[in-house]
Amino acid sequence: MEIMNIDTDHLNQGITLQDQNTSTSQLLTFILGGEEYGVDILNVQEIRSWEQATSIPNTPDYVLGVINLRGLIVPIIDLRNRFEMERAEYGPLTVIVIVKLSSKSKSSRTVGMVVDEVSDVYNISEEEIGELPDFGSIVGTEFIKGVASVNEKMVIILDIDMLIDTGVLGNDAESDDDESQALPAIS
Amino acid sequence: MEIDINLSQFHDIFFEESFEGIEIMESELLNLSPGTADKEIINTIFRAAHSIKGSAGTFGFSEISDFTHNMETVLDKMRNDELVITQQLISVLLSAVDSLNNMLISHREARPYDTTLVENVTAQLERLAPHASTDTPPAKQETSQGNRQAGGSDHSPEQRWRIGFFPFEKLFYSGNDPLRLIRELKALGEFAIKAEVDNLPDFDDLDVHNCYLGWRIQIQGQITREQIEEVFAWVEGDCRLEITREIERRSPEDRRKSPEQSGRRKTDTESRSIRVSTDKIDNLLNLVGELVITQSILNRVCNDLGMDSSDKFLTCLEQLERNTRELQEQTMSIRMLPVDNTFQRIPRIVHDLSIAQGKQVTLEFSGETTELDKTVLEKIGDPLVHLVRNAIDHGIETPDIRVSKGKPEQGTIKINASHEGGYVILRISDDGNGINSDKLLATAIENNLVAEGEELSESQIHNMIFLPGLSTSNEVTDISGRGVGMDVVKRNISDLGGTVDVWSEQGTGSTFTISLPLTLAILDGQVVRVGKQIFIMPLHSIKETLIFHDRDANTVAAKVELYKYRDEYIPLIRLTELFNIEPETSVDHPELLVVFDIGDKHIGIVVDDVIGQQQVVIKSLENNYKSVPGLTGATVLGDGSVALILDVLGLATQHKETGNRVTTA
Repeated sequence: MEIMNIDTDHLNQGITLQDQNTSTSQLLTFILGGEEYGVDILNVQEIRSWEQATSIPNTPDYVLGVINLRGLIVPIIDLRNRFEMERAEYGPLTVIVIVKLSSKSKSSRTVGMVVDEVSDVYNISEEEIGELPDFGSIVGTEFIKGVASVNEKMVIILDIDMLIDTGVLGNDAESDDDESQALPAIS
Repeated sequence: MEIDINLSQFHDIFFEESFEGIEIMESELLNLSPGTADKEIINTIFRAAHSIKGSAGTFGFSEISDFTHNMETVLDKMRNDELVITQQLISVLLSAVDSLNNMLISHREARPYDTTLVENVTAQLERLAPHASTDTPPAKQETSQGNRQAGGSDHSPEQRWRIGFFPFEKLFYSGNDPLRLIRELKALGEFAIKAEVDNLPDFDDLDVHNCYLGWRIQIQGQITREQIEEVFAWVEGDCRLEITREIERRSPEDRRKSPEQSGRRKTDTESRSIRVSTDKIDNLLNLVGELVITQSILNRVCNDLGMDSSDKFLTCLEQLERNTRELQEQTMSIRMLPVDNTFQRIPRIVHDLSIAQGKQVTLEFSGETTELDKTVLEKIGDPLVHLVRNAIDHGIETPDIRVSKGKPEQGTIKINASHEGGYVILRISDDGNGINSDKLLATAIENNLVAEGEELSESQIHNMIFLPGLSTSNEVTDISGRGVGMDVVKRNISDLGGTVDVWSEQGTGSTFTISLPLTLAILDGQVVRVGKQIFIMPLHSIKETLIFHDRDANTVAAKVELYKYRDEYIPLIRLTELFNIEPETSVDHPELLVVFDIGDKHIGIVVDDVIGQQQVVIKSLENNYKSVPGLTGATVLGDGSVALILDVLGLATQHKETGNRVTTA
C-alpha cells in the first residue's frame, strides 16, 4: 500500500510566506486532460493516491464509488467523466483531491475528486478572475466560477459548492433538467 | 445593593431549575402513599416548591410564586399532620404540578396560559388549606409553621444564633439576591448584621456582576435551626454558610455537619456528566474503528514477514491488540444510557390511568441500570408506554372483579430490563386477565386473517394480537382505539432491529418480551460475494441459505423469477441484474440462495459465495453522499475496504416495482 498523502497545510504555509495579502485567495490547481483547473485551497482537505473505490449500484457513471477515509465513507467522483471528457487510465500519477464543503446550513460533506495530477498552488486576487464567455450550451458553465491567467496559462476556477451540491449530489430539484441540457446525459 | 443586572439572561437557568424541581415534585408525589405521611418525601416536595417560589419571586413571575405559595401551604399542612394524605389530595397536587409546568412553559415561550385551569386548581388548593391566602407575607407564614412542626428539644423559647453568610462570587448568576434573604431573616426576630468587605477587590478588578461581600448576622428569638436553613435553602451550594447557636457550645454533631455537606455537594457536581455532541462521539468511534483495522493489518504484516518468531515483539503486539479492543468497547459504551431514562415516564401514566379507570395498580421496575444505545432508547419509549397502557386498559381488572377471582385488589405491572446474549430484553408483565384467545381467534376469523378450522397453537393465536385490525377489548376506550395498535408497536420495534413476543394465560396475566439489539450502530452481518463485490446482509432477517441451481428458477412472463421454497413460490432477486454487477463468468460451483423473512413473506437473494459472519459498524452513505435505494449504509471491512450493507426490505419493494431490471439513476 503506497501512501501519498500530502498535507495541504505545508502548501498553505509556503504560500503565506510569499504573500500575506488578504484579498487574494489561494488556488490549488490540477490537470484534467491537459487543462488546468483550480479550487479554493480552503476547501481542500487532503490529496490521496489513487485507490480502488467500492462501486455503488444505480448511481451515475461519474460516481466511482466510496472509499474509507479514516472511518468516513467518502464518495469518489471522476471529474473527467463528469465533464464529459475523454476517459483516462488511472495511473500512478492519478490522485484523489479530497474536498470538504461546509457551505450553507447543511452538514459538511467530504467528497473525493479523481484528477490526472496535482499541478501547483497560486495566489490569485479577486480582480484577476475573469468571467467566462458565454458558450451557450456547448459546455456547461454552471460549475465554473471564472478563468484567470497565471504565468500566461489559463486556469479554470471551479465552483466547488455548485459542483458537489447540484452536479454530484443533485440536491437542487431542477438540477436534473439543467444537467441534461448543459451536460448531455451520460449513457 | 442595587446592581443593574439584566435578569432575563438568567431566565434559562431559572426555567431549567424549575423544570427539574417539577420533575422531583412529580416523582416524589407518586412515591407518596395514601394514609402514611412520609416526612422525608413531603419535605423534598416542599423544598422543590419553595425554591421555585423563591426564584419565581426574584424574577418577577408573581403568578408562579403565588401559585406555588398555595401549594406550599397545603404541603405544610401535610407535614404537620393537619391534612390526611389521600389519593384525592395527591391527585390535586399532581394537577397543581401540571398547572405549574404549564405556567412555566407559557412564560418561557411568552404566550398566555390557560388561566381557568390554574384558577380551578388554585380553588382546590385553597379548599384544602383555607388559610392559604392570608395577608401574612409568605416567608414568615411558612417559617412560623415550620417552627411549630419542628418541635422537640429545639423548641426552647429564646435562642441566639450567629450566622456567617458568605456567598460565592457567582451568586447573582443563579438569580439570588442576598438582600432578599437578609430581609427574610430579619423577619424572624431581633436582628443585627455586619458586612465583611475583606474580599472586595481593587476598583479596577471589580466585576459588578460578582458578589464580593459576606455578612455576619446575629439573630435572637424563637427560631429553630430549620427556620434559618430554610431561608438559605435555595442558595445552598452557592455560598458558605456557618450557623452557630450562642450560649450553648456548638455540638460536635453540628460542627461535623456543615463541612461534610459542602464537601458532598462538591463531589456531586464533579461527578456530574457533561454534554457532548453525538458527532464528536461518532468521530471518535470512526477513529477507533480505523485503529482496529490498522491493528489487524499490522498483525498480518508481521505474519507475512515471519516476525512471529520474536517472542517479545509478539507479546507487545498482543498487548496492543487487547488495548485496542478495550478502547473500542469503551468508546462504544459512551453512547449507552441506562434504560431508567425511558422508565421515568411510566409511573405518571400508570397513576393517571389507574385512577381514571378505577383500578389499583402497583408498578415494579427492575434492572433500570441496563444500558442501551441512546437512539434505541429514544425510540423504545412510545411502544413501551403503549404496552403499559394496554396492560392497565385490557389486562388489569377492577378491584371487585379481582377480589372475586381470588387475586389481591392491587394489580401489579412489572417492567424488567436485562442483558441476554448481545440483546437487551425488556419484559412487561401484568397479573391481569390475560389474552382471551377464543375471542382473538374469533375476531381474526371474522376479519379473514385466519381460515376457519385452521389448527393454531396457543402462542400462535396470542401473537396474532400484533396483526393490524385486531382488538380483544369489546368497547373502545379513550386509551386504546386511538389508531395506535399493537401492529404499530411491533413495527416500531422491528424498525429498531428488535422483536416482540407475547406469552399469556387466561386469568393469570400476560408478559410481553421485547428484545432489542444493544446498539443501532452495529449489525450482525453475513458477508457475501456477488461477482467481485462484497455485500453485508443483516443476519437477523436471514431465514436460511440454500444451494441454488439456475434450473430451479421458474419465470413468470419472462420477467419475474420464482423459486419453490418449501410450499410457496418466493421471488428471486439477482443483484447482478438489479445492481448491474458483472456476473462471475467461470462458475465452478453452484450459486447460493439466501432466503429472508420479510414480515410473513419470504424472498430469496442469489449470491456467489458466503464468506462468513461478522459484526459490522453501520456507517451512513448519506453523510457525504446521498441515500441509495437498496442499501442501508456501508461499513469498513477488516482490510480497510468498504462493503455495502443491503436493505433487504427496500430491495424487496424495489424488486416488486421493477423486477430484476436496472433502475437508472
